[in-house]
Amino acid sequence: MPDVAVIGAGPAGLAAAARAIDSGASVAMVDDNPRPGGQIWRASAYPKPWLREKVEVISGARVFAAPEPSVLALETFHGERRLEYKHLILATGARERFLPFPGWTLPNVMGAGGLQALVKSGLPIKDKRVAVAGSGPLLLAVAKHLRDHGARILLIAEQTSSPALLGFGVGLIAKPAKAIQAIGLRAGLLGVPYLTGCWPISAQGSEKLQSVTFRRGTRTFTKTCDYLACGFGLVPNLELASLFACNMSATGVAVDEYQQSSTPGVYCAGEITGIGGLDLALAEGEIAGFAAAGKPEAARRLFATRDSHRKFADALESAFAPRAELRSLASETTFVCRCEDVTLGHVRQCSNWREAKLHTRCGMGPCQGRVCGPAVEFILGWKPESVRPPVFAARIGSLTGTEKRR
Amino acid sequence: MPKLSVNGRPVEVPAGAMVSAAVALSGESRFRRSVTGEPRAPLCGMGICFECRVTIDGRQHAKSCQIPCEEGMEVRTDA
Repeated sequence: MPDVAVIGAGPAGLAAAARAIDSGASVAMVDDNPRPGGQIWRASAYPKPWLREKVEVISGARVFAAPEPSVLALETFHGERRLEYKHLILATGARERFLPFPGWTLPNVMGAGGLQALVKSGLPIKDKRVAVAGSGPLLLAVAKHLRDHGARILLIAEQTSSPALLGFGVGLIAKPAKAIQAIGLRAGLLGVPYLTGCWPISAQGSEKLQSVTFRRGTRTFTKTCDYLACGFGLVPNLELASLFACNMSATGVAVDEYQQSSTPGVYCAGEITGIGGLDLALAEGEIAGFAAAGKPEAARRLFATRDSHRKFADALESAFAPRAELRSLASETTFVCRCEDVTLGHVRQCSNWREAKLHTRCGMGPCQGRVCGPAVEFILGWKPESVRPPVFAARIGSLTGTEKRR
Repeated sequence: MPKLSVNGRPVEVPAGAMVSAAVALSGESRFRRSVTGEPRAPLCGMGICFECRVTIDGRQHAKSCQIPCEEGMEVRTDA
């Protein structure tokens, strides 16, 4: 049985695993992607020798339940297995916030990070016309990545207005390394229009995307394109933390200074404690790794670093917060729940999540509200209900334990 | 360069590619049909949205964005 189980092999999880190993603990990692690295690194920075040699890495596996104390139930493409542990570090990261608008369900309308991930997975993008839209620094990174792979970036539509971005720029001065990074990204995107206060209002096409209509101020305009890469910032993946009954803050899982949640022995690091980006995730991961492995004094030495990254992250989040106008992007006939094809009009007839689930099946499909939940929260202000296992759609054989184990 | 088939059509993919890339390379833009019959394709690219579901070697509802291509795989869309 490993001393520490880490769920999520992105930056926070890997930092946690590294520090737990340094502290003499045995570590197992579970990750739902085929290879460690998370969305930001993918396999590029890993595997590192220490990870190969010292950690049991279980890739392509999703935790769907905690059937007994200190036991996790995992499902892979090939079967089901159990994992026992003493301490748990959750580093389950974030997903994009998707806001529904007419046409957003068409093939080739994707997340911004979503299209980037698909290109990293081998999707050919050379000479494709791509519009990038939504909000946040991710849009620049995505546009640069796609352009480097030969895409024609038509524009970047950033919903935040210029004054809000100016505030973000002031924040950058306090973090010179970040400013250099941002300037580098812009330099790699010379010739690409970066339109602030601009967002998509509809996507057109029959079997797949053909064009996107944008609004900027009182003006609307339409661009013919092959792909729309659109994400309105990130939201934390809180399902597992909810399963472990961790208390939540306004931005994610509530943790103490050692990254421990309200559930003893369950530590949380990275985006799930509040969206904060790479540097904060690394600092939180290291602290969680030291603390879970019984080295609080080593963890304490990183508190100041973490707190400084947190301040910057908070400034970023407020600069790129989605504007109120985006609440009326979806029409009454726009699907908000893509799994069950439930329109906003139907959902709006209900008065809360539970009622919407019971009467419309909104949030009851395979994604279990991961996509429509944050959208409905933004549009109607409803908080999601409590989480019940299985937290991921699992096969019957996995639930009954009769699936082949390997 | 693994070779696999998508809806019976042979596809060759770059090393390390996911099944989602194989579907796109086959020229298929529709990964599945929604419960009301709409065409759908990947949204999140990272295993959250379930829009990339296909049938791989007879196993339904496989998330093509997170499953690496293997030689000889038989992929069906529109499950």
